[in-house]
Amino acid sequence: MKPSIVKAQPGDVEKDASMIKQKQMMAAHYERLSNAPETGEKVASTFVPGNLNELLMCFDLVNNLPEVNAIQSGLRKKSGQYIMEAERAGHSEDVCTYVKSDIGMMMKGNIGPNGRELPKPDVLLLSYTGCFTFLKWFELLREQYKCPTIFLQTPYMADGKVTPNMIQYMVKQFKETVIPTLEEVSGVKFDIDRLREYLAKSAKAEDDLVYILETGKNKPSPIDAYFGGIYYIGPIFGAFRGTDDAIDYYKFLREEVDQRMLKGLGPVTPDGPMGEEKYRLVVEGPPNYTSFRQFWKMFYEEGATVVASSYTKVGGTYDYGFRHDPDRPLESLAEYCLGVYTNRSLPMRIDMLTDYINEYEADGLLINSIKSCNSFSAGQLLIMREVEKRTGKPAAFIETDLVDPRYFSAANVKNRLESYFQMVEQKRSGKGAAA
Amino acid sequence: MSNPTTTEIVARAQELYEDLNFTAAREWKDAEPGRKVIGYLPVYIPRELIHAAGFLPLGIMGGGDNLEVIHGDAYYQSYICRIPRSTVELGVSGRVDFVDGMLFPSICDVIRNLSGMWKMLFPEVYSKYFDVPQTYKDEVGGTFYIGEMRELLHDLEELAGRKITDDDINASIAAYNENRQLVNELYALRAAVPWQAPASEAYLIIRAGLALPVQKPSVMLRQYIDAAKAEERPMKDNSKVVVTGMFCEQPPLNLIKSLELSGCYVVDDDFMLVSRWLTKDVPTDGDPVYELSQAFLHHSMSTAAKYEPDLAEKGQFLVRSVRETGAEGVIFASTSFCDPALLDRPMLQNVLKDADIPFIAFKYAENSGQMQPIREQAGTFVDSIKLWSAA
Repeated sequence: MKPSIVKAQPGDVEKDASMIKQKQMMAAHYERLSNAPETGEKVASTFVPGNLNELLMCFDLVNNLPEVNAIQSGLRKKSGQYIMEAERAGHSEDVCTYVKSDIGMMMKGNIGPNGRELPKPDVLLLSYTGCFTFLKWFELLREQYKCPTIFLQTPYMADGKVTPNMIQYMVKQFKETVIPTLEEVSGVKFDIDRLREYLAKSAKAEDDLVYILETGKNKPSPIDAYFGGIYYIGPIFGAFRGTDDAIDYYKFLREEVDQRMLKGLGPVTPDGPMGEEKYRLVVEGPPNYTSFRQFWKMFYEEGATVVASSYTKVGGTYDYGFRHDPDRPLESLAEYCLGVYTNRSLPMRIDMLTDYINEYEADGLLINSIKSCNSFSAGQLLIMREVEKRTGKPAAFIETDLVDPRYFSAANVKNRLESYFQMVEQKRSGKGAAA
Repeated sequence: MSNPTTTEIVARAQELYEDLNFTAAREWKDAEPGRKVIGYLPVYIPRELIHAAGFLPLGIMGGGDNLEVIHGDAYYQSYICRIPRSTVELGVSGRVDFVDGMLFPSICDVIRNLSGMWKMLFPEVYSKYFDVPQTYKDEVGGTFYIGEMRELLHDLEELAGRKITDDDINASIAAYNENRQLVNELYALRAAVPWQAPASEAYLIIRAGLALPVQKPSVMLRQYIDAAKAEERPMKDNSKVVVTGMFCEQPPLNLIKSLELSGCYVVDDDFMLVSRWLTKDVPTDGDPVYELSQAFLHHSMSTAAKYEPDLAEKGQFLVRSVRETGAEGVIFASTSFCDPALLDRPMLQNVLKDADIPFIAFKYAENSGQMQPIREQAGTFVDSIKLWSAA
């Protein structure tokens, strides 16, 4: 298929052909999940950071990601009622809204984005990577589903390095707990060669993903690495890593991005091709999903493109060189989990954001601080000051939430962004005081 | 010399508790050249290892309600709990400038990230995020934990400039075994005769101990227990309750007193869990690091910061606590924005419902000042317990 910009349905939202392809892949996956009770396929719920899709595929398990379900609920404006439902049932207003959206959705019949009921998981793979909330989230789900729950602990990379003790611990967990339980649940014997095959496929797609993300270094950037990036990471962070579909998707996307680059075009926005690139930003933190399009519009209307983001690294820091390695299958899965963005120490995150600003020649750093997510948010004010100090580029701070519409104040966010863009202008013209 | 009275002991403990310059720890350090102090945050650190290096493990439990947070708020958004901001305040205001190292236990994402912030803010100070296993098989989680403890030991040896021997660690294990026995004795006394050893006093005694070398609080505990047993105090018509959710950011002392004033005898809690984390004595005649790992894996307390692998066991620690202490209800008191406690709470409440144990819940911060709503809520809870009991 030749990449092109096409009109999607509904007609007022313009999308790349790759975005449509991505949506089709996601839709097919949700159908597969909904059909699981009829097809007899078994389902494993797990998380995006520390997602072990290749391993799950070795047991013919279908991957269901509650975070992605919450995102879908947010995009479809359903998360607000789900969250309220969970709060009415006793969940605190203070905690992660992904969790509450997921639990509220379950309470309302567990209807997925395809309008059909999602199946109960046969196993919960609690891959505990970079987020403490995951641990409690799956304890809460276990209480409801009463299904086997596998715990995989990823030690935190606090000192900026992976130690042999960390790798050995994770490999032992794979061998002694994770794999035997998956065998038991699925009835499928583990075949390490099958895992190697999937990992090799993962690495191919990862090469293309990195190529695509790094095109943000061009001027203008042919991609938006935050809003557009959400689409780009979908297949590889979700249920497609290790598949031919993922390889095809990233090859297709790469061609599409190459074409835009050759023509000197910017990213495609929901309102059509991006106009002049006035501001190049690095963004730290997840986006808001309940007003995703409105949020994005605040950027592209001002000519702001996000050239690099940390959020697109929560499912793997491939641009820092990591690739799944079929020659070291279990060690490689361990290294993957250890390296995801939110499992990196604060100093590592500061280094990474500083590198992005320098390498992508960005005008500054914008932090979207998320009320729900302490893993991201705690320490971001220090990150902001430190990155400003190191790069000399202005930084700004806005606050929203992932999927709770009560915490998205469009007027406040827009005001702050406008002030920030003025600050960038002042800095460029040398009028502003040093940040 | 006669044994001091509870009033005298509590007054000394309160002095230590209120001293946010940690004068006693400073004096200990200054008393001999080469002494070092290692601070640690809640919930649990194997203090035996620090002690074995000849260092003072100093419990830093936040700034409480007497610390004005000026700088710390600039580091955190409004939706993050208070203990990290008051801890940063202690750091940037120079109150812990004598501390040679800081340990940040694995408890939640906020404290985890604080470990990185500390490295940035105080690069000259040794700091470490201390990871613990959330899986409890000897050869898996146990081996990992032994590795983590050996790494910590290695760092402590570098700081000490000497090797830490197994004998050193075993001697420290013995000292902490004794301390834990005394803490447990105090808890048992409080559960049996709470009017003789009120929670607010027990809190101060144990809290003060976190700022002293382990032998001193053991003496203080012994004296307090003896004095509390000897003194006659009036028994009130209070209800026995278990308080849970306060394992990290500590409640203001007034909150504990308010619960007591509202008619509660707090007979069990999860304040300062480090003092009684290990539920059995650690053997002192084996490989000490292995023995500490075994204790952690198989004989340690339950809290929201730990993964519970067995669904049937989830929350049962609270039911057991209620049954063993004769409590009539549970108060969930959680810090605002505390992910572990607040995410855990609905599951624990379901367990209590199944066990037919009444409960209430509220939130607090370490600097909460307005106690009237808490007093009213707790008082109503106690009244309702009494009504139900009568029925």
